[in-house]
Amino acid sequence: MTSATVTAHEYRGVPAWRRNLRLHGWTIGVWLVLLAMVPYWRSLSQQSFEFDIQALAIDALPLCFAAMAQAVVVISGGIDLSVGSLMGLMNVISAKHMIGMSFREAILFSLVILLLSALAGGFTGLVITFTRIPDIVVTLGMLFVWYGVGLWVMEIPGGGAPQQFYDLALGSIGSTQVPGAMVIVFAALVVLWLPIRWLRPGLSIYAVGSNRNAAYLSGIGVARTRVGAYMLGGVFAGLAGLALTATAGIGDPNSGSIYTLNSVAAVVLGGVSLLGGVGGLIGPIAAAYILTLSKTILLIRGTDPNYAAVYQGILIILVVVIGGLLSRKTHR
Amino acid sequence: MTAAPETVERESRLRALQRFLTDNPVVILVLVLVALFVVTEVVNRHQVGEPFVTWNQISTTLLVAAPLGMIAGGQTLVMLTGGVDLSVAYTATAAAFAISWQGTNGTLEGILAGLLVGVVIGLANGVGVGVFRVNPLVMTLGTSSVIFGLLSIYAGQAFEKRIPDVVTTLGRERFHTYLPANTLLWAAVAAVLVLGLSYTGYGRMLFAVGDNPLASRLAGVRVWQVLVAVYVLCGVLAALGGLLLVGFTNNPDLSLATSYLLPSVAAVVIGGTSILGGWGGYGGTILGVLILTVLGSLLTLLDAEEWERQVIYGSIIIVLTAIYARATRSD
Repeated sequence: MTSATVTAHEYRGVPAWRRNLRLHGWTIGVWLVLLAMVPYWRSLSQQSFEFDIQALAIDALPLCFAAMAQAVVVISGGIDLSVGSLMGLMNVISAKHMIGMSFREAILFSLVILLLSALAGGFTGLVITFTRIPDIVVTLGMLFVWYGVGLWVMEIPGGGAPQQFYDLALGSIGSTQVPGAMVIVFAALVVLWLPIRWLRPGLSIYAVGSNRNAAYLSGIGVARTRVGAYMLGGVFAGLAGLALTATAGIGDPNSGSIYTLNSVAAVVLGGVSLLGGVGGLIGPIAAAYILTLSKTILLIRGTDPNYAAVYQGILIILVVVIGGLLSRKTHR
Repeated sequence: MTAAPETVERESRLRALQRFLTDNPVVILVLVLVALFVVTEVVNRHQVGEPFVTWNQISTTLLVAAPLGMIAGGQTLVMLTGGVDLSVAYTATAAAFAISWQGTNGTLEGILAGLLVGVVIGLANGVGVGVFRVNPLVMTLGTSSVIFGLLSIYAGQAFEKRIPDVVTTLGRERFHTYLPANTLLWAAVAAVLVLGLSYTGYGRMLFAVGDNPLASRLAGVRVWQVLVAVYVLCGVLAALGGLLLVGFTNNPDLSLATSYLLPSVAAVVIGGTSILGGWGGYGGTILGVLILTVLGSLLTLLDAEEWERQVIYGSIIIVLTAIYARATRSD
C-alpha cells in the first residue's frame, strides 16, 4: 500500500514500472512540461543560466509554499481560501518585528511565526469541524478576518528583516550555484511533508480526502485529521509569509492577495484533484515554477506587466477548466 | 420521560417559537434592524448630541444602500444555485469605466456599454461554471483577476470621460427632498426579483438546481442553461450597481466597488439565503443590506478602522452561517 488513492487489486499482475507510471504519471508530466519550457526560456534570455535559475527560484518561492499549503488541505478534502491572507498576515508580523533583530533572533522568531500560523490554520480547521459548515464558507470568512488582522498589525507597507535572513532566500548554497530558495523548498518538503506522508497521519489525510465516511468507518479520527491538515497547511502558509518577507524585503498587508487563486491553480495543475484524496506536493511545486516561469517568459518577450498578469489569469482559468474536465473523466 | 406536564408544554411552546422564527427569519432580521437603529440613535445622541433617526438620515441610508442592494441581488441569485460570485466588485468597477468611456458617444451608448460589460463577464463565469463545471469560487476569482488586470491597463491610460447626466441623476438626486432616485430603481429591481423568484418557472428552477442539481437534471431541467443565465443576471445586476456608484461619485476609479465584495456576500448570508443553495430569497437580502448599511454608519460613528470592519464582516459570515445551518438542521 504505497498510496491510499488506488486499490491494490487493480494493479495485480501489472509490472511495477507501469504501476508507478500510472500512479505518478501526472506529476512526471508536469515536471516534463517544466523542463520543456526551459530551452525556450533560455533561447529568449540574455542572462547567464545561473542568474536566471536564481531569479526564478526567488520569484517562485512564496508561490511554492502557498501551493504546498493549499495542496495539503485539498488532499484532505477541503479548500483553503484564506491561504493568501494568512500569508500576508505572517508577512507583516515577521517584517514588523524582525527589523531590529539579529540573524539568530530572526531565525528563532521564524519558529514563532510558524507556530502562530499553525495555530491559525488549526483554528480554521476547528471552526470547520465544530460548526460543520462547508470549508469554502469558513475559509472565505477567515480570508477577511486574517486580512483585517494584517491591516491592524501594519496599515501601510514597511518593516524588514536582517540581511542574513534575506540572504537565506536570495543567496546560493556555499560556493555552488545552487539557489538557496530552491533548496529551502525541497528541504521543507523532505522535513515537513514526507515523514507525515509515509506514516499513519498521511494515510489518514488521503483516506479522509477520498471518502470521509469510509475513513470514519475504518476507525480514522476524521475531525482530528482534518484539523491536522489545516494546521500543516498553516505551517506552509507561514513559510510562504516568511518567504514574502525574505524576497520582497518588507511587510505588506496586501502582499498575499494574489496567492489564494494562484495556489489553487498550482494545485490543480500539479495533479491534485479538488475532490480530495488524489495527488501530492511534488506536482504542485513544479506547477508553481511553471506558473512563475510563464509570467517570466511573457515579461522577457516585452509584454506589458499588466498584460502578463491578464495572460496569467487566463492561463490559470484554462488550467482549472481542463484539470476539472480530466479529473471528472478519471473519477468515473 | 417523567417530566412535569408544564415543562413539556413550555418546551413545546419554545419549540414552536423556534420553528416560527426558523421559517420566518425576516421577523428576526427586522428586530435586528430596529435594534441597530436604536443603538445608533443612542450613540449618535451621546456623541453628536443629535438624533440619528430623522427622515433625512433614513433617506441617506437608502441612498447608500441601493448600490449594495443591486450587487447583493445578483449575489442572492447565484447563491441560491449553490455558487458564489467573487467577481461582482470588479464587474461593477468595469461597468463604471465602460459607462464613463462610452458616455462621450452618448447617454444610451454609455449605459448599454456598461450593461454589456456585465453580460460578457457573467457569460464567461456562467460558461465556466455551468458548462465546464469549474468550482464557482475558483472561476469567479479567476475572472476577477483578469478583469482587474485589464482595468489597471486601461485605467492607467488617459481617456476622455463623460458620465451621462441620467446616470448622475440616478446616482445622487433625491425627489421631494427625501426619495433617492436610486432607491426607486432598486425598488423596481427588487420587485422583479422577489416576484420572479416566487412566480416564474425560472425562479423555481433556481431553487431546484441549488437544492439538488442531479435531481433537477433528471427532472428535465437543463442545469447548465440555468447556471449560465444566473451568472449573466448577476453580471448585469453588478453592472447596475456600478452604474449607481459611478453616478454617485461622478468619477470612476479602480477601487470604486472593491469594498462592496464582502458586504454583498455578507448581506445575502445575513438575509438567510443558504450558501449551499436552494434556500432563501431576495426579501431577506434587502434587510441584510439595510442592516449592513446601518452597521456601517454605526461603525463610522464609533470611529472603527478598516481592519475592524474586515474582521467583523468575516466573522458575521461564519457565525451566521453556523446559526442558520444549526436551525435548519434541527427540523
